Amino acid sequence: MEKLLTELKPGEQATVVSIHGGRGIQVRLRSLGLVEGQMLRKLSALAWGGPVVVEVKRTQVAIGRGMAARILVRCS
Amino acid sequence: MRDMGAEQRIRKAPQKPRKHLENDILLVGQPNVGKSVLFSHLTGVRTIASNYPGTTVSYAMGRMRGKGSTLVVVDAPGTYSLEPLDEAARVTVDLIDDAKRIINVVDSTHLERHLPMTLELIAQNKPMVVALNMSDEARHRGIRIDVEQLSAELGVPVLSIVAPSGEGVKQLVDTCLELQPIDHSPHNESGHPGHHPHIQHPSSTGRNNSFPEHVHLNRDRIWKRVGELVEKVQTLEHHHHSFSERLEEISIHPFWGSLLALAVITVSFSLIRLIGEFLIAGAVGIIGKPWVELPFGTELLFDKVLHPPLIALSRAIGAESFLHKLLIGTLVNGRIDFMQSFGILSSGIFIPIGVVLPYLLSFYFVLALLEDSGYLPRLAVFLDNFMHRIGLHGYAIIPTLLGLGCNVPGIMATRILESRRQRFITATLISIAVPCAALQAMIIGLVGRRGIGPVLIVYGTLFVVWLLVSLVLRLTVRGFQPELLVEIPPYRLPTFRALGTKMWLRISGFIREALPIILGAIVAVNVLYQLNLFAYLAGAAEPVITRLWGMPSEAVVPLLVGILRKDVALGLLAPLDLTVKQLIIGSVLLAMFFPCIATFVVLFRELGLKDGLKSLGIMLLAVFLTGSVLNLILR
Repeated sequence: MEKLLTELKPGEQATVVSIHGGRGIQVRLRSLGLVEGQMLRKLSALAWGGPVVVEVKRTQVAIGRGMAARILVRCS
Repeated sequence: MRDMGAEQRIRKAPQKPRKHLENDILLVGQPNVGKSVLFSHLTGVRTIASNYPGTTVSYAMGRMRGKGSTLVVVDAPGTYSLEPLDEAARVTVDLIDDAKRIINVVDSTHLERHLPMTLELIAQNKPMVVALNMSDEARHRGIRIDVEQLSAELGVPVLSIVAPSGEGVKQLVDTCLELQPIDHSPHNESGHPGHHPHIQHPSSTGRNNSFPEHVHLNRDRIWKRVGELVEKVQTLEHHHHSFSERLEEISIHPFWGSLLALAVITVSFSLIRLIGEFLIAGAVGIIGKPWVELPFGTELLFDKVLHPPLIALSRAIGAESFLHKLLIGTLVNGRIDFMQSFGILSSGIFIPIGVVLPYLLSFYFVLALLEDSGYLPRLAVFLDNFMHRIGLHGYAIIPTLLGLGCNVPGIMATRILESRRQRFITATLISIAVPCAALQAMIIGLVGRRGIGPVLIVYGTLFVVWLLVSLVLRLTVRGFQPELLVEIPPYRLPTFRALGTKMWLRISGFIREALPIILGAIVAVNVLYQLNLFAYLAGAAEPVITRLWGMPSEAVVPLLVGILRKDVALGLLAPLDLTVKQLIIGSVLLAMFFPCIATFVVLFRELGLKDGLKSLGIMLLAVFLTGSVLNLILR
């Protein structure tokens, strides 16, 4: 099932399907290993529109809510 | 792998001619892999290293002996890719062009994230060694890397090192020196077509100067290749969750993490106050009456050791002479008041050494703990939401915290922010409403004599100003507001060596740079008083200072001296016999009115002339309004 990274529950694993956004966002996410086809696990989402924290390639990455809402993932 | 280098790679034409920096060895790697630690080991130059991405925002240069010659080593700011995303990374990309040899520093615990850049670097056709740093941490985490096979696959030498202990560093240097540097001279270029794919040809610069046209190695190929490499050379063993990993889980939990953030902030500020007051007055306590008072501290030291000989000197010179004014200052009830007398030997030494230094030690100790533990990026995550509302994102808290020590490194650190807009807002806020540790020490020392209430009003006002200015800037400064995107490093135990080095660098910097300015300012003030020049100034400033702000017109002197240094300027408020209200207004105005000269220079250097002037305009408006409003509402 495809959903946005923001909709994923903490603890759930998923694969990145696509990233919607300009080149700047693509490049920044890619530099941290967030590319299409990459597996990730959501660790937590802070309340009131705070960042989403994911584990990707055994590293924790904090992603601002607005950016996380541009990442489409498929639950596995 | 070398075949990738043949792919087309065109770089953005520099907007302005940049300075070339010839270097024999360049340290390149992603943020927070320990480049600065390795750099210190190689060159003996001490640098500030911390545990968060973006510690180094400019390059550092040092010299190293090797093979009978002296080699220039350059430590570049970390970058995730050769496509520069922020100012710091842009510096690095330029440095690569001028490098003779490259040491690519890689985090052994996250090989798959670091190898893409390694491949990009190899494609630059520079002699290069890969240093697998943190190999001790990799062992602890059950990660095994076949170094020889990795080296064979990459076609460049690969070595494991542990930068903090120096393990493997010697072999790394030897290997690096065996590499033959490539001759840079332009005449060589024509003979080797394709040898320097990155060199700018005049004909090619014009058409390729927009960012999206960078053609780098094919991304899919890089990721695929990295996947294969990691599969071949790395094996993971199961290991038990360590205590620090548990703590990492708690730190990002929405509820427990918030509590932890609150606790860390409270404990940090309490600790700064506790250590600072102990060093000054021997008092053990945080708010209100100290719990214990010990015969210790700089106040006692100055009273017992420095006071008797100075009084003897005072008698010898005679209290009325100009020399007495200059050296000792004015006596208060027949004694030297180190805060108020304002001679070179009295306040001139007491302010920097007796008041400011203890708080600097205390502040930088706590800051170093926060920096080295890896907590700061986590704090940024928790503050992101709040910072978004004022037009910034969570990472802007790092320059702001550094600014609480000294505005200069604070404003420099705004380079870790992505957009010009964020940098402008953060730097302007720091210069207006973030008091440096030296100023804070004086506020606590001077305003604190009138009770804790006035101190809290000063801090509260500055916070409100910070908030209001940021809201106004958010609405008025146009530009792109990026989102937070940050790698959260693992927790690490701060080492004494790293703490000590950092504190020494920061404190010695203060003594070297601030002490002469403080002494100079005291001499200048005394001479100008003697010449009676301040009377004219006071007369001219009277309408604003007295009528609007309710301050005595002589307060123009500290305000002007504040342009040199804030701590000594606040000290000048001491002899003015101010009411509590005036002292509060004076402290707030001093904190806001014109950044000190060092901050001023850095502000203009970082923002440019136009934005620097804008920032100053905003400052003047904010000072004018804040002074007037405080005068109206305080009683």
